[in-house]
Amino acid sequence: MRDDVRTLTPALDIQGVSHRYGARKALNGVTFTVAPTSFTALLGLNGAGKSTLFSLITRLYATREGRISIYGRDVAREPSAALGQLGIVFQSRALDTDISVEQNLIYHAALHGLGRREALACAHAALSRVDLADRLHERVNKLSGGQMRRVEIARALLHRPRLLLLDEPTVGLDVKARAGILRHVRALLAEERIGVLWATHLIDEAMPGDDVVILHRGRVLAHGPIHAVIARCAEKDLAGAFRKLTHDSGSEDEGAAE
Amino acid sequence: MSAVEGDSWRGLTLSQYFICLKGIIWREGLRFLHQRERFVSALVRPLVWLFIFAAGFRQVLGVSIIPPYETYVLYEVYITPGLMAMIQLFNGMQSSLTMVYDRETGGMRTLLVSPFPRWFLLSSKLLAGTIVSILQVYAYLAIAYFWDIEAPPIGYVTVFPALLLSGFMLGSLGMLISSLIKQLENFSGVMNFVIFPMFFASSALYPLWRVKESSPFLYDVCELNPFTHATELIRFALYGKLEPTSLAIVLACTLVFFSGAIIAYDPARGILARRGAATIRT
Repeated sequence: MRDDVRTLTPALDIQGVSHRYGARKALNGVTFTVAPTSFTALLGLNGAGKSTLFSLITRLYATREGRISIYGRDVAREPSAALGQLGIVFQSRALDTDISVEQNLIYHAALHGLGRREALACAHAALSRVDLADRLHERVNKLSGGQMRRVEIARALLHRPRLLLLDEPTVGLDVKARAGILRHVRALLAEERIGVLWATHLIDEAMPGDDVVILHRGRVLAHGPIHAVIARCAEKDLAGAFRKLTHDSGSEDEGAAE
Repeated sequence: MSAVEGDSWRGLTLSQYFICLKGIIWREGLRFLHQRERFVSALVRPLVWLFIFAAGFRQVLGVSIIPPYETYVLYEVYITPGLMAMIQLFNGMQSSLTMVYDRETGGMRTLLVSPFPRWFLLSSKLLAGTIVSILQVYAYLAIAYFWDIEAPPIGYVTVFPALLLSGFMLGSLGMLISSLIKQLENFSGVMNFVIFPMFFASSALYPLWRVKESSPFLYDVCELNPFTHATELIRFALYGKLEPTSLAIVLACTLVFFSGAIIAYDPARGILARRGAATIRT
């Protein structure tokens, strides 16, 4: 088993990453990995450092301390190779609302070096996967919030990345749309065999069988399969484990970071 | 060798760079077409200057024969190159406004997370904005033509490279400014402190020799203003001539502004990194 682990390059490998804004340390020695074909929930309250971590993974700003690699490609040293394998759904809406779904997808494909014909071929498949194939020619501002999110997921997968990051993708959605998004991403994971890192503050979005990373005030408090984390805390469920871990490390002082 | 094992990354080919550039220009064009108000106001602004301001000032300001003109020209003819540059100035600032807006909504992050090098993404965006501004300028020239503002036919061709260069300069200035603005609300300040002084303290509305007569200090300011040189570059090019000093200054300013913008958007050194997640919301 040890051999297996060693030969399999993680989809995402984060080693000793720290980041500070001025005097405030937003991330402190964060280390964890996301295995290929796995769903890893990055759990943390608002201000835990999730958005900072995403900014570093996507190279919005440079990692000053520590190392981030995507399928073995260092984000700092080989940004093209690293980012080329990455698909991302941002927390805020990032579609052009006054052009069509199709035009948004073509634009995104071009940003990844895919031509129009290739883009259209992939677009149909990607939209079918999120049940929106019939909305290809629709203007984005005609879609509901949940549908826009699904378009964003389809868009993130257009260039066939092998690692998908989602930053609080269900924020602002109703219960039904939320469940829909989760179901779609989990189905994708099974079909496409990609690594998924799903950041959220909603504990119930993680399911048995997932991996979990608990991030609190810039530190990783726990990392591993959910059942193992629960067992280690001697709790009944993940919510209990989360409460216990975050309570033990204190949460009253120091303000929120996001 | 585990890094290479199962690696799907094939690198970026030259034709992919071209696809990316084309995509960015196409999107900018689409956006422009869908924001009809933007096109109309971009066109109305110089026309108001031309039809109203210039008509009113025609009698007040006499313009003597100065190069590149070979005869006396009407005031409308004199201010046309300045208005062309103004279209590009507004357009450059407008795309900078869009970048601030995009940064707040996530559109900018979509661009920056692309695997292409950042300098390439930023210059593609700049080129896209410049092309849009050139379309506006030609639309203006078409209308001005019916107002009897005619340049020599060759001038419509020779002005193109000048517009490309001045568009690039003003666009990169806008991009540089966009990286310095924290939030959209600060933008009207930029309008007041950048657009108006640049436009008025230049040769766009009055020949500099007249400015010199009234205030040698203002004359120096105008001479130092890159917008003056963008205007003069366009003015000469519209008559099939080249103004070497203006060309050199516009080139130098483009280089400085664009390098500044690239540094500002650089992940390691840039302002984004220092400012952090508080203003660049995901």
